[in-house]
Amino acid sequence: MPKDSGIGAASKRREDVRFLTGKGKYTDDINLAGQAYVHFLRSDVAHAKIVSVDTSAAAAMPGVVRIFTGDDFSGVGGLPCGWQVTDRNGQPMQEPPHPVLAQGKVRHVGDPIAAVVAESAAQARTAAEAIEVTLDELPPQIDMAAALKDGAPKVHDELTSNLCYDWVFGSDDAAIDAAFSGAAHVTTLDLVNQRLAPNAMEPRVAVGDYNDAAGDSTLYTTSQNPHVIRLLMGAFVLGIPEHKLRVVAPDVGGGFGSKIFHYAEEAFCTFAAKELKRPVKWTASRSEAFMTDAQGRDHVTKIELALDADGKFLGVRTHTMANMGAYLSTFAPSVPTYLHGTLMAGNYTTPAIQVNVKAVFTNTVAVDAYRGAGRPEATYQLERVIDKAAREMGMDPVEIRRKNFITSFPYATPVAVEYDTGNYVATMDKLLEMIDREGFEARRAEAASRGKLRGLGINCYIEACGIAPSALVGQLGARAGLYESATVRVNATGGLVVMTGSHSHGQGHETSFAQVVADMIGIDENMVEIVHGDTANTPMGMGTYGSRSLAVGGSAMVRATEKIIAKAKKIAAHLLEAADTDIELKDGQFTVAGTDRSVAWGDVTLAAYVPHNYPITEIEPGLEETAFYDPNNFTYPAGAYACEVEVDPDTGKVEIKGFAAADDFGNIVNPMIVDGQVHGGIAQGIGQALLEDCRYDETGQILTGSYMDYAMPRADDLPFYQVDHSCQTPCTHNPLGVKGCGEAGAIGSPPAVVNAVVDALQRGGMSHVTHIDMPLTPSRVWAAMQG
Amino acid sequence: MTQVTMTVNGKSVSGDVEGRTLLSDFLRKTLRLTGTHIGCDTSQCGACVVHVNGRAVKSCTAFALELEGAEVRTIEGMANADGSLGTVQQAFQDHHGLQCGFCTPGMVMSAAALLADNPKPTEAEIREYLEGNICRCTGYHNIVKAVMAASGQDVAAVAAE
Repeated sequence: MPKDSGIGAASKRREDVRFLTGKGKYTDDINLAGQAYVHFLRSDVAHAKIVSVDTSAAAAMPGVVRIFTGDDFSGVGGLPCGWQVTDRNGQPMQEPPHPVLAQGKVRHVGDPIAAVVAESAAQARTAAEAIEVTLDELPPQIDMAAALKDGAPKVHDELTSNLCYDWVFGSDDAAIDAAFSGAAHVTTLDLVNQRLAPNAMEPRVAVGDYNDAAGDSTLYTTSQNPHVIRLLMGAFVLGIPEHKLRVVAPDVGGGFGSKIFHYAEEAFCTFAAKELKRPVKWTASRSEAFMTDAQGRDHVTKIELALDADGKFLGVRTHTMANMGAYLSTFAPSVPTYLHGTLMAGNYTTPAIQVNVKAVFTNTVAVDAYRGAGRPEATYQLERVIDKAAREMGMDPVEIRRKNFITSFPYATPVAVEYDTGNYVATMDKLLEMIDREGFEARRAEAASRGKLRGLGINCYIEACGIAPSALVGQLGARAGLYESATVRVNATGGLVVMTGSHSHGQGHETSFAQVVADMIGIDENMVEIVHGDTANTPMGMGTYGSRSLAVGGSAMVRATEKIIAKAKKIAAHLLEAADTDIELKDGQFTVAGTDRSVAWGDVTLAAYVPHNYPITEIEPGLEETAFYDPNNFTYPAGAYACEVEVDPDTGKVEIKGFAAADDFGNIVNPMIVDGQVHGGIAQGIGQALLEDCRYDETGQILTGSYMDYAMPRADDLPFYQVDHSCQTPCTHNPLGVKGCGEAGAIGSPPAVVNAVVDALQRGGMSHVTHIDMPLTPSRVWAAMQG
Repeated sequence: MTQVTMTVNGKSVSGDVEGRTLLSDFLRKTLRLTGTHIGCDTSQCGACVVHVNGRAVKSCTAFALELEGAEVRTIEGMANADGSLGTVQQAFQDHHGLQCGFCTPGMVMSAAALLADNPKPTEAEIREYLEGNICRCTGYHNIVKAVMAASGQDVAAVAAE
């Protein structure tokens, strides 16, 4: 029976009311008295030496307050990178500086050259056009292979080359060579995981403010992790101690990774507000989002799979070039390495796996985590090569996967992670139950009668979520801990305020987090308020990304609530004149075990704050606790996905006829929210598979710089999805047994779509089509069909 | 600057605008009705959809000055008189048709306009009508379902929410 409240209930989202009535408070809705507006003059070429920037005419334009250039930032730090990868020779990656405003050179279209602060946004924009910039253009590096050639012009003159790092991970050469030399069959696949633009619907906004009297800075920003921004910007860029810097991320209109990172505009507005002693606001246009929001994916990969004669996987070897763009964004180096290489075992028992990644600087927008971050790239190549291998060996794509499933847990992979639980057989069985595979042939024949080619693609995925054990990621190069914290404050009359370091920007934490705490105490969900997004009134937080909020932030909240309950039981024991070890808490009542003597939650909380009859010599008054939770492993959500398509042989157009996802997320707090997360992930995955492609021309101009050119998935591109999360193997190492669900859809779906299209063409007699690179636009599919 | 007067959510409002002032800016900046959102520069995303004289309009495509005397309705005017959620709004909450909430005002305004024209739209009609409203969070599944539900259709048969 579905529950109607607490953990497991599909509680309706409380945050919806403000969003549905226009009362949400997004960063652009914040307007401070006396605020000025900044417009950034951005490079319109990809690579050039800055010869001169003449601001004199612009400075005299109406409304201009001040114009800043790179020279104004010579006394402050650059934007830091939060992860240092060590290369195959034990050397640290090459790490170039990243100034707030360009100094000496511009390195991508959109690199900020100057910033005009004016009384109005229009005046700032107009004045920016009067700045005279002289650039000496340099050859742009757009293609990764070309950028790695000896003698290629360098994106960063101070580095030895355009190679950020050359990283090798997993099994040693002897093991991987043995696996391949002993193989009965080797399948090889070259593929591109194309660059994507995250495109949260809310463009980024920053409002800097400075309190002259107190010397305090405040930044309002569209961030997934305000505390991380406070730490990075305060400590590394502007030199403001944390107690003098408040960062607020109010309602945020989607992130998908792109709002994790610390951006130049945030530092600029904070810096300029202090310089000018007045608030400074920046609101990105969508064009600026395409030029400045960190982009995703952009891997070029060769993967080889070694199999024995029965289809057992013996080895996986991959070589990937990963685009970093022009600068290292906050977590960029970790994405193609520890969020990608560690997942190359997938759901399978492959004994030898070696991953090589070369990260490359190019004159393009920085690349960093985008929904899934490294895990979609791992899943896509692995599940595509398995499909190709099955076809080459005449095996069924489901059976070859079943033959190789990991079935015993915990399971230590050759790529350094240990899966705690999972049941890949169960999710595959569930998927097959959902999709009527037996009926496929009849559906295919019916489609053929209409002249359409029908195909079915099936694949698995696994991801590592609940990021992450601090000591482990520290060894791997992270420059931060990845715990989470929560403070639970109980008020005298029994209501609770939970202050969490997690941030909600669509995930519905205000509802689901309240369900957890209310369930633990046995009170109504409406007695619990969730507060997030403001460093001034929440404890230290690492924020929301990597499907970590419930697994890590929720666990911190559980630990803090456990402390509350433990203390409340002592108070209850005093009131009931019993031993605290005999007190049980159920449905908001503290009862002496085995008796009918009880005291209500509200009586205990009142006693905590009105301690007239209180064990004052043993415990302090009040009822407020904080907990920090550092996970001792990642979590490993996994599942099986299927896509059924029809291809129009005349045009190459692909239509999705059905999509099914069987996921194992461990325990579920709010199934409605989980379904919604999966839906959104699937849409982004289908978007990658069929529509989206962030393209640059050879000079570095962004060809897909608006919604006129970048194909966002729209309602009529997508079907209803079938989603199921009834297969549940609870996580063994966090108190809620949860695994995380935010990224699964985007990870599992691209290979399902591409497998389905290749299947359709193969069944249609086009045996030469073994792969088509995403996005599978009509022109690409049609061209592939022609051979 | 020229003064323009229009009716917004049933109230007569006036403000000084430039010739280039868009309705979206007039609503957000002059009237401080920040429920109407701006998500793109090219009139593609639909986050700014409002009703002008009963029709769905992307407010970033209309000049405020041209709307002298117009009846404008925004997301702030969609709740019932008693403050409870209107039918479309309630359906969006009931069927989890929103996540981050940024596209939601435009989505609700478009959906309401569709239902005014076509009280029982099919799934395909809803998807086609909402083609001008981009959502990055929901994958549209629950939005389409919410619009069907708001039109009184039984959505129990639609795959899980």
